[in-house]
Amino acid sequence: MVKEIERAGLPVVHACSIVTISKTVGANRIVPTIAIPHPFGDPDLEKQKEIQLRKELVKKALRALMSPIEEQTVF
Amino acid sequence: MTVKAIHYLNQFFGGIGGEEKSGLKPALLQGSRGPGKLLERLFPDLEIVTTIVAGDNYLAQNTETAVKEILSVLTPCFEKEAAEMPQLFLAGPGFNAGRYGLACGAVCKAVQEHFDCLVLTSMFPDNPAVQEYRRDILIGLAGEDVTSMEESLRRMWGLATKLLQGKAILPDEDHYIPQGRRQNFFHSRTGAQRAVSMLLKKIAGEPYKTEYEMPVFDRVAPAPAIPDMSRVKLALVTSGGIVPRGNPDRIAAANAQKFGIYSLKGLLTLTPETHQTAHGGYDPTFAMEDPNRVLPLDMIRELEAEGDIGCLHELYYATVGNATSVANARNFGKAIAQELLAAGVQAVLLTST
Repeated sequence: MVKEIERAGLPVVHACSIVTISKTVGANRIVPTIAIPHPFGDPDLEKQKEIQLRKELVKKALRALMSPIEEQTVF
Repeated sequence: MTVKAIHYLNQFFGGIGGEEKSGLKPALLQGSRGPGKLLERLFPDLEIVTTIVAGDNYLAQNTETAVKEILSVLTPCFEKEAAEMPQLFLAGPGFNAGRYGLACGAVCKAVQEHFDCLVLTSMFPDNPAVQEYRRDILIGLAGEDVTSMEESLRRMWGLATKLLQGKAILPDEDHYIPQGRRQNFFHSRTGAQRAVSMLLKKIAGEPYKTEYEMPVFDRVAPAPAIPDMSRVKLALVTSGGIVPRGNPDRIAAANAQKFGIYSLKGLLTLTPETHQTAHGGYDPTFAMEDPNRVLPLDMIRELEAEGDIGCLHELYYATVGNATSVANARNFGKAIAQELLAAGVQAVLLTST
Protein backbone atom coordinates (compact mmCIF):
# COMPACT_ATOMS: atom_id res chain seq x y z
CA MET A 1 0.00 0.00 0.00
CA VAL A 2 2.85 2.37 0.94
CA LYS A 3 4.45 1.84 -2.42
CA GLU A 4 1.31 2.35 -4.48
CA ILE A 5 0.59 5.59 -2.61
CA GLU A 6 4.13 6.80 -3.25
CA ARG A 7 3.92 5.68 -6.88
CA ALA A 8 0.99 8.06 -7.24
CA GLY A 9 3.38 10.84 -6.25
CA LEU A 10 2.45 11.30 -2.59
CA PRO A 11 5.24 11.26 0.02
CA VAL A 12 4.38 8.64 2.60
CA VAL A 13 6.03 7.66 5.85
CA HIS A 14 5.66 4.07 6.97
CA ALA A 15 5.53 3.77 10.73
CA CYS A 16 5.90 0.11 11.57
CA SER A 17 7.42 -2.30 14.03
CA ILE A 18 8.98 -4.81 11.66
CA VAL A 19 11.40 -2.63 9.73
CA THR A 20 12.77 -5.53 7.69
CA ILE A 21 9.37 -6.20 6.12
CA SER A 22 8.95 -2.54 5.30
CA LYS A 23 12.39 -2.50 3.71
CA THR A 24 11.78 -5.67 1.71
CA VAL A 25 8.44 -4.45 0.44
CA GLY A 26 10.03 -1.15 -0.58
CA ALA A 27 8.84 1.69 1.67
CA ASN A 28 11.18 4.66 1.36
CA ARG A 29 10.62 6.63 4.57
CA ILE A 30 10.49 4.23 7.48
CA VAL A 31 9.96 5.13 11.13
CA PRO A 32 10.42 2.20 13.50
CA THR A 33 7.75 2.00 16.19
CA ILE A 34 7.49 0.44 19.64
CA ALA A 35 6.00 -3.04 19.19
CA ILE A 36 3.64 -4.97 16.95
CA PRO A 37 0.51 -4.81 19.15
CA HIS A 38 1.12 -1.18 20.17
CA PRO A 39 3.28 0.65 17.60
CA PHE A 40 2.39 4.10 18.93
CA GLY A 41 2.26 3.34 22.62
CA ASP A 42 3.66 1.39 25.51
CA PRO A 43 1.15 0.03 28.02
CA ASP A 44 3.93 -0.39 30.60
CA LEU A 45 4.41 3.35 30.85
CA GLU A 46 2.20 5.62 32.88
CA LYS A 47 -0.40 7.43 30.81
CA GLN A 48 1.36 10.81 30.47
CA LYS A 49 4.68 9.23 29.53
CA GLU A 50 3.00 7.02 26.97
CA ILE A 51 1.32 10.03 25.39
CA GLN A 52 4.63 11.89 25.30
CA LEU A 53 6.26 8.89 23.62
CA ARG A 54 3.49 8.83 21.02
CA LYS A 55 3.86 12.53 20.34
CA GLU A 56 7.60 12.13 19.78
CA LEU A 57 7.00 9.28 17.35
CA VAL A 58 4.45 11.28 15.38
CA LYS A 59 6.87 14.22 15.28
CA LYS A 60 9.57 11.89 14.00
CA ALA A 61 7.20 10.74 11.25
CA LEU A 62 6.55 14.38 10.30
CA ARG A 63 10.28 15.03 10.19
CA ALA A 64 10.71 12.00 7.92
CA LEU A 65 8.17 13.50 5.52
CA MET A 66 10.18 16.74 5.50
CA SER A 67 13.52 14.99 4.89
CA PRO A 68 14.81 14.88 1.31
CA ILE A 69 16.00 11.32 0.61
CA GLU A 70 17.49 9.51 -2.36
CA GLU A 71 16.99 5.95 -1.16
CA GLN A 72 15.24 3.88 1.52
CA THR A 73 15.87 5.55 4.86
CA VAL A 74 15.11 4.37 8.36
CA PHE A 75 14.63 7.35 10.67
CA MET B 1 3.23 -35.75 -35.83
CA THR B 2 2.81 -32.10 -36.65
CA VAL B 3 1.64 -29.84 -33.85
CA LYS B 4 -0.89 -27.28 -34.99
CA ALA B 5 -0.62 -23.94 -33.26
CA ILE B 6 -2.15 -20.48 -33.11
CA HIS B 7 0.21 -17.57 -32.53
CA TYR B 8 -0.54 -14.15 -30.99
CA LEU B 9 1.66 -11.22 -32.03
CA ASN B 10 1.50 -7.45 -31.74
CA GLN B 11 1.33 -5.18 -34.80
CA PHE B 12 5.09 -4.90 -34.94
CA PHE B 13 6.02 -8.58 -34.86
CA GLY B 14 2.97 -9.36 -36.96
CA GLY B 15 4.49 -7.26 -39.72
CA ILE B 16 1.62 -4.76 -39.89
CA GLY B 17 3.49 -1.65 -38.78
CA GLY B 18 5.12 0.27 -35.95
CA GLU B 19 3.74 2.58 -33.31
CA GLU B 20 1.43 4.24 -35.86
CA LYS B 21 -0.46 0.92 -36.13
CA SER B 22 -0.65 0.29 -32.38
CA GLY B 23 -4.38 1.03 -32.38
CA LEU B 24 -5.02 -2.01 -34.62
CA LYS B 25 -8.01 -4.16 -33.71
CA PRO B 26 -7.41 -7.91 -33.52
CA ALA B 27 -7.05 -9.47 -36.97
CA LEU B 28 -6.86 -13.12 -37.90
CA LEU B 29 -4.24 -14.05 -40.50
CA GLN B 30 -3.63 -17.37 -42.18
CA GLY B 31 -0.33 -19.11 -41.47
CA SER B 32 2.69 -17.79 -39.62
CA ARG B 33 4.15 -14.29 -39.34
CA GLY B 34 7.50 -12.95 -38.08
CA PRO B 35 8.67 -15.00 -35.08
CA GLY B 36 6.21 -17.71 -36.13
CA LYS B 37 8.07 -18.18 -39.42
CA LEU B 38 11.32 -18.62 -37.52
CA LEU B 39 9.65 -21.13 -35.17
CA GLU B 40 8.46 -23.22 -38.12
CA ARG B 41 11.89 -23.09 -39.70
CA LEU B 42 13.61 -24.16 -36.48
CA PHE B 43 11.05 -26.83 -35.65
CA PRO B 44 9.55 -28.60 -38.66
CA ASP B 45 7.14 -30.46 -36.35
CA LEU B 46 5.31 -27.23 -35.72
CA GLU B 47 2.72 -25.68 -38.00
CA ILE B 48 1.28 -22.29 -37.21
CA VAL B 49 -2.12 -22.43 -38.84
CA THR B 50 -3.32 -19.03 -37.73
CA THR B 51 -1.74 -15.85 -36.46
CA ILE B 52 -3.74 -13.34 -34.51
CA VAL B 53 -2.34 -9.82 -34.58
CA ALA B 54 -3.46 -6.83 -32.50
CA GLY B 55 -2.07 -3.39 -31.71
CA ASP B 56 -0.36 -2.84 -28.37
CA ASN B 57 -2.33 0.31 -27.56
CA TYR B 58 -5.61 -1.25 -28.57
CA LEU B 59 -4.98 -4.11 -26.14
CA ALA B 60 -3.70 -1.84 -23.37
CA GLN B 61 -6.55 0.63 -23.57
CA ASN B 62 -9.45 -1.74 -24.19
CA THR B 63 -8.15 -4.93 -22.63
CA GLU B 64 -11.51 -6.39 -21.71
CA THR B 65 -13.16 -5.67 -25.08
CA ALA B 66 -10.07 -6.70 -27.01
CA VAL B 67 -9.81 -10.03 -25.22
CA LYS B 68 -13.50 -10.71 -25.93
CA GLU B 69 -12.98 -9.91 -29.61
CA ILE B 70 -10.00 -12.23 -29.75
CA LEU B 71 -11.93 -15.05 -28.10
CA SER B 72 -14.78 -14.61 -30.53
CA VAL B 73 -12.58 -14.66 -33.66
CA LEU B 74 -10.73 -17.67 -32.27
CA THR B 75 -13.86 -19.70 -31.56
CA PRO B 76 -14.19 -21.13 -35.13
CA CYS B 77 -10.54 -22.27 -34.92
CA PHE B 78 -11.52 -24.56 -32.07
CA GLU B 79 -14.62 -25.96 -33.74
CA LYS B 80 -12.75 -28.22 -36.14
CA GLU B 81 -12.28 -31.94 -36.59
CA ALA B 82 -9.92 -33.51 -34.07
CA ALA B 83 -7.13 -33.78 -36.64
CA GLU B 84 -7.36 -30.08 -37.46
CA MET B 85 -7.74 -28.87 -33.89
CA PRO B 86 -4.95 -26.59 -32.63
CA GLN B 87 -3.09 -28.12 -29.71
CA LEU B 88 -1.03 -25.13 -28.83
CA PHE B 89 -1.55 -21.40 -28.36
CA LEU B 90 1.60 -19.28 -28.31
CA ALA B 91 1.99 -15.58 -27.59
CA GLY B 92 5.08 -13.46 -28.09
CA PRO B 93 7.88 -13.65 -27.00
CA GLY B 94 7.08 -10.33 -25.31
CA PHE B 95 10.67 -9.75 -24.12
CA ASN B 96 10.73 -6.72 -21.81
CA ALA B 97 8.01 -4.83 -23.67
CA GLY B 98 5.43 -3.69 -21.12
CA ARG B 99 2.31 -3.27 -23.25
CA TYR B 100 3.07 -6.30 -25.40
CA GLY B 101 3.78 -8.41 -22.31
CA LEU B 102 0.52 -7.41 -20.67
CA ALA B 103 -1.32 -8.14 -23.92
CA CYS B 104 0.28 -11.61 -24.16
CA GLY B 105 -0.64 -12.24 -20.52
CA ALA B 106 -4.26 -11.15 -20.85
CA VAL B 107 -4.80 -13.03 -24.11
CA CYS B 108 -3.14 -16.24 -22.83
CA LYS B 109 -5.11 -16.21 -19.61
CA ALA B 110 -8.40 -15.84 -21.49
CA VAL B 111 -7.56 -18.46 -24.13
CA GLN B 112 -6.54 -20.91 -21.41
CA GLU B 113 -9.86 -20.42 -19.66
CA HIS B 114 -11.97 -20.76 -22.80
CA PHE B 115 -10.35 -23.34 -25.01
CA ASP B 116 -8.91 -26.76 -24.51
CA CYS B 117 -5.31 -26.36 -25.60
CA LEU B 118 -1.86 -25.78 -24.19
CA VAL B 119 -1.18 -22.06 -23.71
CA LEU B 120 2.27 -20.58 -23.45
CA THR B 121 3.97 -17.21 -23.67
CA SER B 122 7.52 -16.01 -23.13
CA MET B 123 8.89 -12.88 -21.44
CA PHE B 124 11.86 -11.31 -19.76
CA PRO B 125 11.53 -11.76 -15.95
CA ASP B 126 11.32 -7.99 -15.32
CA ASN B 127 8.43 -7.52 -17.71
CA PRO B 128 5.63 -6.05 -15.54
CA ALA B 129 3.26 -8.66 -16.96
CA VAL B 130 5.26 -11.39 -15.23
CA GLN B 131 4.13 -10.32 -11.76
CA GLU B 132 0.62 -9.91 -13.04
CA TYR B 133 0.22 -13.23 -14.83
CA ARG B 134 2.88 -15.72 -13.73
CA ARG B 135 0.51 -17.58 -11.42
CA ASP B 136 -2.19 -17.94 -14.06
CA ILE B 137 -0.22 -18.84 -17.13
CA LEU B 138 3.02 -20.49 -18.10
CA ILE B 139 5.67 -17.95 -19.09
CA GLY B 140 8.87 -19.17 -20.70
CA LEU B 141 12.04 -17.19 -20.09
CA ALA B 142 12.87 -14.75 -22.85
CA GLY B 143 15.80 -12.38 -23.14
CA GLU B 144 15.45 -8.66 -22.68
CA ASP B 145 14.98 -7.76 -26.32
CA VAL B 146 14.64 -9.12 -29.81
CA THR B 147 18.34 -10.03 -30.08
CA SER B 148 17.46 -13.09 -27.99
CA MET B 149 14.66 -14.14 -30.34
CA GLU B 150 16.02 -17.50 -31.41
CA GLU B 151 17.07 -18.56 -27.90
CA SER B 152 13.70 -17.47 -26.51
CA LEU B 153 11.82 -19.42 -29.21
CA ARG B 154 13.93 -22.54 -28.63
CA ARG B 155 13.05 -22.45 -24.94
CA MET B 156 9.39 -21.90 -25.70
CA TRP B 157 9.23 -24.85 -28.04
CA GLY B 158 11.24 -27.05 -25.66
CA LEU B 159 8.72 -26.34 -22.94
CA ALA B 160 5.78 -26.91 -25.29
CA THR B 161 7.02 -30.28 -26.54
CA LYS B 162 7.62 -31.55 -23.02
CA LEU B 163 4.14 -30.53 -21.94
CA LEU B 164 2.50 -31.96 -25.07
CA GLN B 165 4.23 -35.25 -24.31
CA GLY B 166 2.87 -35.11 -20.77
CA LYS B 167 6.30 -34.83 -19.18
CA ALA B 168 6.94 -33.07 -15.88
CA ILE B 169 8.61 -29.67 -15.98
CA LEU B 170 10.70 -27.68 -13.50
CA PRO B 171 11.43 -23.94 -13.71
CA ASP B 172 15.23 -24.23 -13.65
CA GLU B 173 15.52 -27.11 -16.10
CA ASP B 174 12.87 -25.97 -18.50
CA HIS B 175 13.50 -22.24 -18.40
CA TYR B 176 10.18 -20.83 -17.33
CA ILE B 177 9.05 -18.45 -14.62
CA PRO B 178 8.03 -20.22 -11.40
CA GLN B 179 4.29 -20.15 -10.86
CA GLY B 180 4.48 -20.42 -7.10
CA ARG B 181 3.44 -24.07 -7.01
CA ARG B 182 4.92 -26.69 -4.73
CA GLN B 183 5.77 -30.19 -5.69
CA ASN B 184 6.33 -32.78 -2.97
CA PHE B 185 9.20 -35.24 -3.17
CA PHE B 186 11.41 -37.25 -0.83
CA HIS B 187 14.87 -35.84 -0.23
CA SER B 188 17.71 -38.09 0.91
CA ARG B 189 18.77 -35.58 3.56
CA THR B 190 16.56 -34.00 6.21
CA GLY B 191 15.74 -30.30 6.20
CA ALA B 192 17.96 -29.78 9.25
CA GLN B 193 20.98 -31.34 7.51
CA ARG B 194 20.44 -29.28 4.40
CA ALA B 195 19.97 -26.09 6.40
CA VAL B 196 23.18 -26.65 8.38
CA SER B 197 25.23 -27.39 5.29
CA MET B 198 23.81 -24.26 3.66
CA LEU B 199 24.75 -22.25 6.73
CA LEU B 200 28.29 -23.66 6.75
CA LYS B 201 28.70 -22.70 3.11
CA LYS B 202 27.40 -19.24 3.85
CA ILE B 203 29.86 -18.80 6.74
CA ALA B 204 32.70 -20.04 4.55
CA GLY B 205 31.68 -17.57 1.87
CA GLU B 206 30.95 -20.38 -0.61
CA PRO B 207 28.06 -20.25 -3.05
CA TYR B 208 24.86 -22.00 -1.95
CA LYS B 209 21.37 -22.19 -3.28
CA THR B 210 18.39 -21.38 -1.12
CA GLU B 211 15.42 -23.75 -1.15
CA TYR B 212 13.02 -20.91 -0.53
CA GLU B 213 13.53 -17.84 -2.65
CA MET B 214 12.32 -14.58 -1.12
CA PRO B 215 9.94 -12.67 -3.35
CA VAL B 216 11.48 -9.77 -5.24
CA PHE B 217 9.55 -6.52 -4.91
CA ASP B 218 9.77 -3.69 -7.35
CA ARG B 219 10.95 -0.29 -6.17
CA VAL B 220 9.39 3.14 -6.27
CA ALA B 221 11.53 6.28 -6.18
CA PRO B 222 11.00 8.33 -3.01
CA ALA B 223 8.57 11.19 -3.49
CA PRO B 224 10.05 14.64 -2.88
CA ALA B 225 10.12 15.78 0.74
CA ILE B 226 7.47 18.16 2.06
CA PRO B 227 9.20 21.50 2.72
CA ASP B 228 6.92 22.40 5.59
CA MET B 229 4.39 20.05 7.20
CA SER B 230 2.64 23.00 8.84
CA ARG B 231 1.28 23.98 5.44
CA VAL B 232 0.01 20.67 4.08
CA LYS B 233 -2.93 18.34 4.36
CA LEU B 234 -1.94 15.02 5.93
CA ALA B 235 -3.90 11.78 5.67
CA LEU B 236 -3.83 8.71 7.91
CA VAL B 237 -3.85 5.19 6.53
CA THR B 238 -3.40 2.01 8.53
CA SER B 239 -2.98 -1.69 7.96
CA GLY B 240 -3.38 -2.18 11.70
CA GLY B 241 -7.11 -2.85 11.50
CA ILE B 242 -8.40 0.19 13.42
CA VAL B 243 -12.06 0.53 12.45
CA PRO B 244 -15.13 2.14 13.99
CA ARG B 245 -16.67 0.06 16.78
CA GLY B 246 -18.56 -2.89 15.33
CA ASN B 247 -16.40 -3.08 12.20
CA PRO B 248 -19.18 -1.75 9.93
CA ASP B 249 -17.58 -2.96 6.67
CA ARG B 250 -16.80 -6.36 8.19
CA ILE B 251 -13.13 -6.20 7.19
CA ALA B 252 -11.76 -9.72 7.68
CA ALA B 253 -9.33 -10.45 10.51
CA ALA B 254 -7.01 -12.13 8.03
CA ASN B 255 -6.59 -12.06 4.26
CA ALA B 256 -8.58 -8.84 3.97
CA GLN B 257 -10.50 -8.37 0.75
CA LYS B 258 -11.21 -4.67 1.23
CA PHE B 259 -10.33 -1.48 3.01
CA GLY B 260 -12.68 0.93 4.79
CA ILE B 261 -12.96 4.71 4.59
CA TYR B 262 -13.99 6.34 7.86
CA SER B 263 -14.60 9.86 9.09
CA LEU B 264 -12.38 11.67 11.56
CA LYS B 265 -14.46 14.83 11.41
CA GLY B 266 -14.79 16.35 14.86
CA LEU B 267 -12.87 13.49 16.47
CA LEU B 268 -10.00 14.48 18.76
CA THR B 269 -9.06 11.00 19.87
CA LEU B 270 -10.01 7.34 19.44
CA THR B 271 -11.53 5.51 22.38
CA PRO B 272 -12.63 1.91 23.06
CA GLU B 273 -16.19 3.20 22.77
CA THR B 274 -15.70 4.65 19.28
CA HIS B 275 -13.09 2.36 17.71
CA GLN B 276 -11.59 -1.11 17.83
CA THR B 277 -9.16 -3.29 15.95
CA ALA B 278 -10.35 -5.88 13.43
CA HIS B 279 -6.85 -7.32 13.03
CA GLY B 280 -6.48 -11.03 13.78
CA GLY B 281 -2.72 -11.17 13.65
CA TYR B 282 -1.66 -9.59 16.95
CA ASP B 283 -2.84 -9.53 20.55
CA PRO B 284 -5.63 -6.93 20.36
CA THR B 285 -5.65 -6.10 24.10
CA PHE B 286 -3.59 -2.90 23.84
CA ALA B 287 -5.23 -1.58 20.69
CA MET B 288 -8.69 -2.26 22.16
CA GLU B 289 -7.74 -0.35 25.36
CA ASP B 290 -6.49 2.62 23.37
CA PRO B 291 -6.77 2.59 19.56
CA ASN B 292 -4.43 5.64 19.42
CA ARG B 293 -1.66 3.11 20.04
CA VAL B 294 -2.11 1.94 16.43
CA LEU B 295 -3.58 5.05 14.80
CA PRO B 296 -2.22 7.99 16.81
CA LEU B 297 -5.11 10.41 16.22
CA ASP B 298 -4.83 12.09 19.66
CA MET B 299 -1.28 13.29 19.05
CA ILE B 300 -1.96 14.13 15.41
CA ARG B 301 -4.76 16.44 16.59
CA GLU B 302 -2.48 17.95 19.23
CA LEU B 303 0.24 18.64 16.67
CA GLU B 304 -2.38 20.01 14.29
CA ALA B 305 -3.54 22.40 17.04
CA GLU B 306 0.07 23.37 17.77
CA GLY B 307 0.58 24.18 14.10
CA ASP B 308 3.02 21.36 13.21
CA ILE B 309 0.53 19.90 10.75
CA GLY B 310 -1.39 22.11 8.29
CA CYS B 311 -4.56 20.09 8.59
CA LEU B 312 -5.69 16.49 8.84
CA HIS B 313 -7.73 14.98 6.00
CA GLU B 314 -11.18 14.30 7.40
CA LEU B 315 -11.23 10.66 6.33
CA TYR B 316 -8.91 7.80 7.18
CA TYR B 317 -8.36 4.51 5.36
CA ALA B 318 -8.02 1.19 7.13
CA THR B 319 -7.49 -2.44 6.34
CA VAL B 320 -6.05 -5.49 8.04
CA GLY B 321 -2.54 -6.39 6.98
CA ASN B 322 -2.65 -9.97 8.19
CA ALA B 323 -1.75 -12.53 5.52
CA THR B 324 -3.22 -10.09 3.03
CA SER B 325 -2.06 -10.92 -0.47
CA VAL B 326 0.37 -8.55 -2.14
CA ALA B 327 -2.07 -8.26 -5.04
CA ASN B 328 -4.88 -7.11 -2.74
CA ALA B 329 -2.60 -4.72 -0.86
CA ARG B 330 -1.44 -3.26 -4.15
CA ASN B 331 -5.01 -2.71 -5.28
CA PHE B 332 -5.98 -1.14 -1.95
CA GLY B 333 -2.95 1.16 -2.18
CA LYS B 334 -3.82 2.20 -5.73
CA ALA B 335 -7.44 2.92 -4.86
CA ILE B 336 -6.52 4.82 -1.68
CA ALA B 337 -3.93 6.89 -3.57
CA GLN B 338 -6.60 8.00 -6.06
CA GLU B 339 -8.93 9.03 -3.23
CA LEU B 340 -6.12 10.94 -1.53
CA LEU B 341 -5.12 12.78 -4.68
CA ALA B 342 -8.72 13.69 -5.40
CA ALA B 343 -9.05 15.05 -1.85
CA GLY B 344 -5.97 17.25 -2.24
CA VAL B 345 -3.93 15.33 0.33
CA GLN B 346 -0.19 16.11 0.12
CA ALA B 347 1.40 13.70 2.61
CA VAL B 348 0.53 10.38 4.21
CA LEU B 349 1.29 8.63 7.48
CA LEU B 350 0.71 4.89 7.13
CA THR B 351 0.84 2.88 10.34
CA SER B 352 1.36 -0.86 10.51
CA THR B 353 1.41 -3.29 13.38
